[in-house]
Amino acid sequence: MKSPVRLERRLEQPKWLNWAIPLISLLAALAVGAIVLLLTGKNPLDVYHRIFERGFLSTRALTGTLRTATPFAFTGLCAAAAFRLGVINIGGEGQLYMGAIGASYAGLVMGDSYPVGIVIIAMVFAGMIFGGMYAGFVGLLRAQFNTNEIITSLMMNYIAGIILNYLIFNSLSYWRDPRSAGFPSGKPLEKRAFWPSYEIAGVGISFGLILATFVAVAVWVLYKRSRFGFEIGIIADSPRAARYIGIRTKTTIVLVTALSGALAGIGGASQVGDFTHNLDAKGLQLNNFGYTGIVVAALARLNPLGAIVVAILLGGLTNAGYSLQGPDFPSGLVGTLQGLILFTAVAGEILMKYRVKRNTAAKKAMVAS
Amino acid sequence: MNNSLLIVILASAIFYGTPLLFAALGGVFTERSGVLNLGVEGMMLIGGVSAAWASQHVGGSAWFTVFASILIAMFAGGLTALLHAFLCVTLKANQTVAGLSITIFAGALGLSSYFANVWEVASSPVPRPIRKLDVLGLGDTPVLGPLLFNHTILTYVSWVLVAVSSFYLFRTKTGLQLRAVGESPQTADAMGISVVKYRYFHTILGGMLAGIGGAFYSLAIVSTWVDGLTKGAGWIAIALVIFGFWRPDLTLVGAYLFGALQSLGTTLKARSFHISGDLLDALPFIMTIIVLVLVSSRFAHKRLGAPAALGVPYEREER
Repeated sequence: MKSPVRLERRLEQPKWLNWAIPLISLLAALAVGAIVLLLTGKNPLDVYHRIFERGFLSTRALTGTLRTATPFAFTGLCAAAAFRLGVINIGGEGQLYMGAIGASYAGLVMGDSYPVGIVIIAMVFAGMIFGGMYAGFVGLLRAQFNTNEIITSLMMNYIAGIILNYLIFNSLSYWRDPRSAGFPSGKPLEKRAFWPSYEIAGVGISFGLILATFVAVAVWVLYKRSRFGFEIGIIADSPRAARYIGIRTKTTIVLVTALSGALAGIGGASQVGDFTHNLDAKGLQLNNFGYTGIVVAALARLNPLGAIVVAILLGGLTNAGYSLQGPDFPSGLVGTLQGLILFTAVAGEILMKYRVKRNTAAKKAMVAS
Repeated sequence: MNNSLLIVILASAIFYGTPLLFAALGGVFTERSGVLNLGVEGMMLIGGVSAAWASQHVGGSAWFTVFASILIAMFAGGLTALLHAFLCVTLKANQTVAGLSITIFAGALGLSSYFANVWEVASSPVPRPIRKLDVLGLGDTPVLGPLLFNHTILTYVSWVLVAVSSFYLFRTKTGLQLRAVGESPQTADAMGISVVKYRYFHTILGGMLAGIGGAFYSLAIVSTWVDGLTKGAGWIAIALVIFGFWRPDLTLVGAYLFGALQSLGTTLKARSFHISGDLLDALPFIMTIIVLVLVSSRFAHKRLGAPAALGVPYEREER
C-alpha cells in the first residue's frame, strides 16, 4: 500500500453530497480547463472572467443565457428521464429535430385560423408526438430485440439531421419557404403561432423555459410520487426482480423512452415557437443540443428540477461562447468545457460511493497486527 | 474493366473501410478487456487534428512526414484513451457516460475543433497526404489491380494488423489472459493477472488505433481538416465491433461493407446516377440499425462472444 490515500466504501450517502458533488465537479472541470487554456497560451482567469461577464452579469447577457438554456432544459430532462430507467437515450438531438418538424407543421397548418392558445397547445403536442414516436422506435427495438439503444439512438440523430436537410434544402416540401430560392429556408409561421415571452426586471424569459420548469416538476412527481415511477426505480435496480413481481418491463421501457423523446420534442417545438418561427434546418444542427442535454442530466444527477438549474448554468457558458467567439475565444472551447464538466461529473460519482481517507490509519493497523 | 461500377465500389469500399477497420480493431481490443469505449469518435477526431497539424509542421521527406503524422495521431488518440481508462478502471466510473464525456470533450465541437482553431490547422489543405501506392506496378492489372495493389500504406498495414490481432487474441498466452480479464476479471485476478494493467493497456491501444483511423480521414479521405470530419464513423466503428462478434477477421468484413455504404453516394454521384443524395447519406446509419437489430435478435448476446464483463467496473472483494 504505497498510495497516500485510500477509498473506503460509504455505508450511507449523506444528502449534502447531492449538491456538493456537482459543485466540486464544476470547479474541477474549470481547473482542468484552465490547464488546457494555459497550454494553448491563454490566460484562464481572463477567459473565465469574460465567460461569467457575458453569461450572467447583465440583463442582456441573462436574456441570452435563458434563451440558450431553454433547449438544454428539455434535452436535459430527456436524458434524465431515460437514464433513470437505465435506458441510455442519447438521441435527444434527433428527437428535438423531429419535435421541431412536428411543431412547425402544426404551426403552419393551424397558425392562420385557430385561436392563439389552441395553436400553441397543438404545437407542443405535435412536438411531443413526433419526438416521442421517434424515440419510441428506439425503445421498441430495445424492449423487443434487446438492441443496444445507445448506438441506435445516436444513428437516429444523424438520420434526423438528414431528414431536416431534405425537408428544407433538397426538396420542395411543405416546410420550405417557396420564396426562398437561392438560400432555402423554412416557411415562416403566422404571428399567431409565436409563443409569448415575458420580461422580469429587464430579463426576457421565454414561454418555453417556463413550460420546461412545469414539465420538470411533473416529471419529478411522476418519478418520485407515482406507482409508475416506483416501478421504474425497480427496473433500473434489478430488471429480473421487476419481472418476477409482475412489472411489465418491456412496456415500461417503450413508454419511458417515448416520454424521454417527447420531452426533447417539446424542446424542438420551443425552438420553433419561441425563437426561430420557422423550421431552421441549419440553426438546429449547429448547437449540439442533445449532447449538452446529457451533460445537464449528469451534472444534475438525473434530478429533473436540478436539470433546470444546470441548464441555466450551461446556457450561460454556451451563450458567453457565442458572444465571445473570435480569435481570442475559438469555437470548440465551449464544447471542451462542457465535455470536461461531464468528465468530472462522472469522476465525481466516486465520491458518492466512496470516502477518501488518508492512508496513515491503515499503516498503523498493519503495524499493530 | 477496372472502371466498371462493381470494381470501383469494391475498391472504394476498401478505401473508406480502412479507417473504420482501424477504429473497430481498437474497439475489439478495448472491449475484449471488458472496457466499453464510447469515446471512439472523440479519439478519432483528436487523432485526425493532430495528424493534420503534424503534416503541416513536420519537415523532412514525404514518407517521413506521413510516418510522423501517423505516430503523432496514435500518441494523441492514446492519450485521450488514457483519460477514459482512468475514469473506467481507476475511478470505476459508469463506462457509458465516461465514453460519452470523452466524445463530447474531444469531439466535433470540443477539443478537436479548439485545437484546429488555435493551431490554425484548417487554413490550408494537408501538404503531405497519404497517397495510394502502385504496388509492384500491378495497380492496373484487371480486377485484382484496384482490389489488391492500389491502396494506401495504411490499408496494407491494416491487413497485417488483422492477422496479427487474430493471432494475438486466440493463439498467444497474453491474448488468452486478455480474454480472461474481459470474461471474468475475478478469475483472472485470482490467477495473478493484473486486471488494471490489461485494461489500461488495451484501452490505450484502442485509442491509438482510433487515432490512426482519424488520421486516415484528415490525411487521405478529406486531405484537409474540417471540424467533425469523421461524421459519426466512430459510432459505426463501435457497432462494427458487435457485428464482427469481437473478432478481427469478421470486423474486416463489416468495415468494408460499411465502407462501401459510405462511399456509395460519392461513387454514384460521380457517375450521375439519379438517386437521392440524402437517402445515400442516411444509408450507413439505417444499415447500422438494421444489422444491429438482426444481430441482437437472432442469438443471445452471450453466444456471439460478447465479453461477459463488458462495461462492468472491476472491484476487488473488500475485506
